[in-house]
Amino acid sequence: MMRRAALITVPYLWLLLLFLVPFLIVFKISLSDTALAIPPYAPTMRDGLFALLAELDFENFVFLTEDDLYWKAYLSSLKIAVISTVLTLLVGYPIAYGMARAPEEWRPTLMMLVILPFWTSFLIRVYAWMGILSNEGLLNQFLQWLGLINDPLTILNTTTAVYIGIVYTYLPFMILPIYAALDRLDDSLNEAAEDLGCSRMQAFWLVTIPLSKNGIIAGSFLVFIPALGEFVIPSLLGGSGTLMIGKVLWEEFFNNRDWPVASAVAVILLLILVIPIVLFQRNQQKQAEAEQ
Amino acid sequence: MSQTVFAPWDDPKEKPLIRFQNVTKKFGEFVAIDDLTLDIFEQEFFALLGPSGCGKTTMMRMLAGFETPSEGRIELAGQDIGPVPPNKRAVNMMFQSYALFPHLSIWENIAFGLRRDRKSKDEINARVEEMLKLTRLEKFAQRKPHQISGGQRQRVALARSLAKAPKLLLLDEPLGALDKKLRQDTQFELMDIQETTGTTFVIVTHDQEEAMTVASRVAVMDEGRIIQVSTPAAIYEYPNSVYVADFIGDVNIIEATAKASGEEMYDLNWADGQPPIKATSTKPFTEGQQAHLAIRPEKIRISTEKPEDAPNAMQGKVLDIAYLGNLSTYHVELPGGQIIKTQTANTRRLARRDITWEDPVWISWSATAGVLLDQ
Repeated sequence: MMRRAALITVPYLWLLLLFLVPFLIVFKISLSDTALAIPPYAPTMRDGLFALLAELDFENFVFLTEDDLYWKAYLSSLKIAVISTVLTLLVGYPIAYGMARAPEEWRPTLMMLVILPFWTSFLIRVYAWMGILSNEGLLNQFLQWLGLINDPLTILNTTTAVYIGIVYTYLPFMILPIYAALDRLDDSLNEAAEDLGCSRMQAFWLVTIPLSKNGIIAGSFLVFIPALGEFVIPSLLGGSGTLMIGKVLWEEFFNNRDWPVASAVAVILLLILVIPIVLFQRNQQKQAEAEQ
Repeated sequence: MSQTVFAPWDDPKEKPLIRFQNVTKKFGEFVAIDDLTLDIFEQEFFALLGPSGCGKTTMMRMLAGFETPSEGRIELAGQDIGPVPPNKRAVNMMFQSYALFPHLSIWENIAFGLRRDRKSKDEINARVEEMLKLTRLEKFAQRKPHQISGGQRQRVALARSLAKAPKLLLLDEPLGALDKKLRQDTQFELMDIQETTGTTFVIVTHDQEEAMTVASRVAVMDEGRIIQVSTPAAIYEYPNSVYVADFIGDVNIIEATAKASGEEMYDLNWADGQPPIKATSTKPFTEGQQAHLAIRPEKIRISTEKPEDAPNAMQGKVLDIAYLGNLSTYHVELPGGQIIKTQTANTRRLARRDITWEDPVWISWSATAGVLLDQ
């Protein structure tokens, strides 16, 4: 009994220290007002606990609803996250499928190739995309050399560049869970489907897809959740035209030095993310139960 | 009242349902099936028997359409099925792993093939209910495959493969995953279902007892060839080679040189200074030809006294006794060092057994007890 209690305490303590306490601090700041001070908000604990509690209000949250920049940024982030998740799935599924079908001796190499980009810093890889996508970049030079286009395509600093960046960055998170699901799939299930009258295509839709569903769901969440709050990719590749909440958050925090509003933006973002995170957890749990 | 024996293979007018014509299948350099010709008739329960890697599974997969022959032709009801894909064949298969769809209920698993045929809802319902009843699975219709036992899963796999009423049902080691007791019960169930539905069954197995129990005919295979095709009784009693004799059941093989001693009678010189063994054979052997006498252990008698009228009798010493409950197997060492196995039914209580280890005993058999084989 003691042992079990101790075992459960460790993860809860971890969550308390590294998630709940920071969240409460951010939440408290979101209820404060800006001030020309260090830290740049009031009230603080220096004012005494009672004064502190008395002065907290939801002003900043009200402000978020008044300026349409914020909800537009949330919506635009949601849209970009959804579309890039779908794109990543469309690119990742065939790759995972190909890997699972590849000869046994090739699979470790293919797996290595999927993971390999992680050996380089994420920031450097995004900068590399700037070099590829810019007007004088590799892609435009190549297309012009082929004679396919005369004038360079404007890709960098558009939403297209953001999609390319997100799909590229999060592709392994999509491939790996789908590959794991497909790898476990018994070949004879597809043969049985064909034997019972399915064409190859029907067998794929009726057997392979449903049986890799958990991998698809897991992969989609692993892409969607970080993509929603993504900041680096839209600010480096998306330019000023791309509105994403991660970028707004950054600007409130560092450019405006408005910590309370930035904290309010973060709290709302977290609340939006809690829904998919809970759904993701539930999917993982269901999968674990099904395997027992 | 005489019943007609089911033996379409003996009737030259009968048209086979399946015909393998000089079929060869190669995987790269490896020859899995070597120039094989075979007829299987309607309503047969045909067993392909052999050790792993003998090509029996490849034959089945060619019938299902998952492999195409490298050479030769496979006919189903007179039609070349080489170019027909698996989903267009009137052949269904029950997989060794059962291959039940884990995301579908038992009911949906059985309905899977029927739905692909775009049958009406009522037709599908009726057929699925019929299959559930046939395999006694009515209670489990709404369960998922992982919620039922191994034996029940096996019946679901059978029901699913029978649902489309195929002309031919292929069973790949259908009972391999079941424990022995359940396997024996299921063998009889399989035979009943085969008889009720009148479907032609081809079963692949490495278990000779299973093949003997269920099949109307057995094909013994080795290295991509069929060594012998016959009824279980004929295979057991008249194997055509040492390989078959040895593969099916227990057997004593005595190597000897043959010498004719009368019409279809031979004297076999099997050891220097020992009287020759007398054996009959319809197959002719020339003087001095190498021959193998195959005798089943239960056809050899064991006694403490020298038997009076046995054509073949020799003395030996009991080396080992294996007590199997209903039977006992005695290993008797002959003066030449050869060990002969004999088997007797334990009709008496064990305490009253009069033969024990190291006892000098006589073993004897008739001239017709064994089969004389040239290879």
